[in-house]
Amino acid sequence: MLTMKSTTLKNKLIIAFTGLFLCFFLVIHLLGNLQLFLPEDQAREQFNWYSNALSGNILIKIISWVLYLSLIGHAVYALIITTKNNTANGKNYHYDKRNFSSAWNSRNMGILGTILLIFLIIHFKDFWYTYKFTNLPVDAAGHKDLYEVVVQSYSQLWYVILYEISFIALGFHLLHGFFSASRTLGLYHPKYVKAIKIFGWGYTLIITAGFMAIPLYIHFK
Amino acid sequence: MLDSKIPEGLLADKWNNYKAKAKLVNPANRKKLHVIVVGTGLAGASCAASLAEQGYNVQSFCFQDSARRAHSVAAQGGVNAAKNYKNDGDSIFRMFYDTIKGGDFRSREANVYRLAECSASLIDQSVAQGVPFAREYGGYLNNRSFGGVQVSRTFYARGQTGQQLLLGAYQSLLRQVNTGKVTMHTRHEMLELVLVDGKAKGIIARNLETGALERHAADVVVLATGGYGKVYYLSTLAMGCNSSAIWRAHKKGAYMAGVSWIQFHPTCLPQHGENQSKLTLMSESLRNDGRIWVPKKVGDDRKPNSIPEEERDYYLERRYPAFGNLAPRDISSRAAKERIDAGYGAGPMKNAVYLDFSDAIAAQGKKNIEAKYSNLFAMYEKINGIDAYKEPMLISPAAHFTMGGLWVDYELMTTIPGLFALGEANFSDHGANRLGANSLLQACVDGYYIAPYTIPNYLAGELKTPKISTDHPAFAEAEKSVREQLNRFLESKGTLSADYFHKTIGRLLYEKCGLSRTKENLKEAILDIQSLKASFEKDLLITGDDTLNSELEKAGRIADYIELAELMCHDALQREESCGAHFREEYQTSDGEAVRNDSDFCYVSAWEWKGKKQSPKLHKEQLTFKSVELAVRSYK
Amino acid sequence: MKLYLKIWRQLNTSSKGEMVDYEIDGVTEHMSFLEMLDLLNESLVQLHERVIEFDHDCREGICGQCGIMINGRAHGPLKHTTTCQLHMRSFKDGDTIYIEPFRATAFPVLRDLKIDRTAFDAIIASGGYIGASTGQAPEANSIPISYETVEASFDAAACIGCGACVATCKNSSAALFVGAKITHLALLPQGKIEASKRVLTMVNQMDMEGFGSCTNTEACEAECPQGISVLSIAKMNYEYNKALIFKK
Repeated sequence: MLTMKSTTLKNKLIIAFTGLFLCFFLVIHLLGNLQLFLPEDQAREQFNWYSNALSGNILIKIISWVLYLSLIGHAVYALIITTKNNTANGKNYHYDKRNFSSAWNSRNMGILGTILLIFLIIHFKDFWYTYKFTNLPVDAAGHKDLYEVVVQSYSQLWYVILYEISFIALGFHLLHGFFSASRTLGLYHPKYVKAIKIFGWGYTLIITAGFMAIPLYIHFK
Repeated sequence: MLDSKIPEGLLADKWNNYKAKAKLVNPANRKKLHVIVVGTGLAGASCAASLAEQGYNVQSFCFQDSARRAHSVAAQGGVNAAKNYKNDGDSIFRMFYDTIKGGDFRSREANVYRLAECSASLIDQSVAQGVPFAREYGGYLNNRSFGGVQVSRTFYARGQTGQQLLLGAYQSLLRQVNTGKVTMHTRHEMLELVLVDGKAKGIIARNLETGALERHAADVVVLATGGYGKVYYLSTLAMGCNSSAIWRAHKKGAYMAGVSWIQFHPTCLPQHGENQSKLTLMSESLRNDGRIWVPKKVGDDRKPNSIPEEERDYYLERRYPAFGNLAPRDISSRAAKERIDAGYGAGPMKNAVYLDFSDAIAAQGKKNIEAKYSNLFAMYEKINGIDAYKEPMLISPAAHFTMGGLWVDYELMTTIPGLFALGEANFSDHGANRLGANSLLQACVDGYYIAPYTIPNYLAGELKTPKISTDHPAFAEAEKSVREQLNRFLESKGTLSADYFHKTIGRLLYEKCGLSRTKENLKEAILDIQSLKASFEKDLLITGDDTLNSELEKAGRIADYIELAELMCHDALQREESCGAHFREEYQTSDGEAVRNDSDFCYVSAWEWKGKKQSPKLHKEQLTFKSVELAVRSYK
Repeated sequence: MKLYLKIWRQLNTSSKGEMVDYEIDGVTEHMSFLEMLDLLNESLVQLHERVIEFDHDCREGICGQCGIMINGRAHGPLKHTTTCQLHMRSFKDGDTIYIEPFRATAFPVLRDLKIDRTAFDAIIASGGYIGASTGQAPEANSIPISYETVEASFDAAACIGCGACVATCKNSSAALFVGAKITHLALLPQGKIEASKRVLTMVNQMDMEGFGSCTNTEACEAECPQGISVLSIAKMNYEYNKALIFKK
């Protein structure tokens, strides 16, 4: 009897779920990367072993495919929604001060997302592609020496700056993304809202600070 | 001879007797019958939804852009119902008595009793619709006491009761739009009633978006178009409120009754300048804690806070020690006007009185006053930029509610067969003065409980009447007259805008047919109005074209207001007594109280339109009281 | 005070429209914004020009008919205030004021500042009600409802349907309007029964009317004259997700 053409909220759900999965992934990624803070020899050995372990496991492989799909899905659906919203928005105001009533990052998730996408392309090319498809020297344990790639990359100042800027964008993106996803999933009770706010801020600060610390640490070491 | 068609039997049995005998329409036949409902306020929306649910085809009209915006939305205080939840002695009879006494014994017993009788089910069905009435912590409905009564029977939804009730009715209406039983015509204004063989058979409506004139035919026409208090220009009403639908019906033969009975609300914000368009109402509940006063010295220019206590005149407490600041609306308004006219008025235009909360704040603490009235204080500050916690509010009376309207019988049918009038648009239940929280009630009861019985009773007789098509000459003629009037306006290239005439007629009525009237003033007013009418015909200036054009809309409404104003003055002049909102200075006691004349004026004045050049003709509907004794209203 | 106005003039939905400059003198700080426009229109009439069409009715902030973009903000610079409740004391002598209609593809301009908001009615008609017949119902006190529930329901029910939420949203989303109605009815026991069907049909209708998709910027809450919380959007999403999972 009812034809359910409604897609708005379904699209939003896809963005929310993929986004939350990426949030989860960031935690794992950061935990792994914390090994870079170890003393150099130990860090090289452990980090390379860890990178090797990740590329072998079938379970990890499945998860990484989910990860790739999430990234693509997140971006594609964001694009679909943005296109729809632009159509819905119609003509522009001649004098527009609507920005008074909302936070900058919430209005510019698209720009932040684009920065992150560019960052990811560079990041994938320099680490993921290099690791998977080029012949890297091996370390003492016979694992590809990704640690050396990391150190080399972060020794260049411009590279560190690029990463730091991207992480700031990531922080703003995460902050709104986390709250937005919780809304989309329907967490509405005033009591939960407060918990979500605290958790969202905590999560964002830890993840952003953690990722930002690594290039700086290695560069100035 | 006016036949009010009051059913047989004891007062308490009359409505049941009527319902038992009312004719019904077979469900299969209902879809052959068409109903036009003009207005989507509480009365209109509820009537349209109810009839559509029964299976009739309903066409619903409103001039606003959505049915949800009708002016019922602005009612703040509450709705009365004889539920006796507080166990404080309320009953249908007591509510009936309060209402008939509040109306100064100028309404029909049977109608008022029916109003009280239907009140309880209104609360039930509103709750079922999802109206979020205030609750107690135990989960049961809360209510409060309102001016002029001694029991708690007013149900409320914060200060937005009208809005919430209207949304309930609006949602029921749109539910029927969804089923296809109601066709909505928003941004449409009814400009003429179409009669065929003396019966109401359709309307001419103007599409306000395109300017097109549309013909709509039906088997019955219902007018639920609200009151005409906006005739005073400055009033608590919405800018678009108008009398055009009822006035044009009046000119087609429907009688108008109690025309000059207009309630002035005592707690409104005063006028502050020539360009003002609206006098905002502040809830009457403020009078529970605020004390009303004026300076004792004429033309005292000091700031209110620097006028010492002994130089303040708390005139309501002085004149009405028993009720004090809580005296009924008509009495409080009149007392304020008396002081202002005598030169004691406060504020920059000397047209207001003070409503002072300093004693209440001192006694109860600012916190408690905030808890009760913070939204009103915020509204006051928004409009006036004054913090009323520190300085007394300035208030003054403003035109608010029209007790008068189209004369209707017990079935709410006007003197034109097939033309019904509901809600504030009719004259029926409030007599010469309306009690607080009874207007929402009357609008809802008319639409939800009365019309759904009386309209089918009429329609049952219409099944055999041949269907009228919109090609009928009566439609063509009605459309032509509307077209001619519109063209006349569009060609008016005088020097004065429509608003100028509206403001002028409003000021004239405030002065001469407002809170208090005299024979002399009213006679003068009639002459003034006639010359204003002449000026309107030659000096009006209308710009724009015959499509979307708000100036053109105004012109039609004001033309009707000017004619209506004249009838108001005739009505006020003819009634040589003071009753309720109608105060003739010639008829008062030595201490300024109203003197009613039951031996000569215990009737409803119903006026018949006799043409532009002639005076209206009076018909009297004698009021007889069998269940109550006529008493003097005393609030001393 | 003297003001410089830049006002959007557009003859009808299909015509192009432009900003037109006006000057107005003799404005006092006690005037409401709409009274200032009245004054301007009075002067246009005297010049035999077509007046500026704008929507307004109750002028006390409750009917929801007025709504103008003033200096780039829905209903002007004050929070939780309708256009009709905005007074000229919020401006000063010599100010330039930009006055535009609420813009959204779902709200086509009819003329000048008047827009067509029937999309809102269509959404309510699709399911924004409780399916109770008028007239007869069981005794009101037979279903006790807690004080907190009714107050929360009222907070959402207070929506006046003005469309400021759509106008101020960068996505022209009607999520706050729809969410408010869903929340009002879904919180009450009477409204729970149809909650799933209601949210599905209303969201569906919202999409069909051409409103955008909510990205939770929360601008709507800041501009809403009734201060309706964005939590009602979350409540709508909750009801929607629940309906997707549990509907038959």
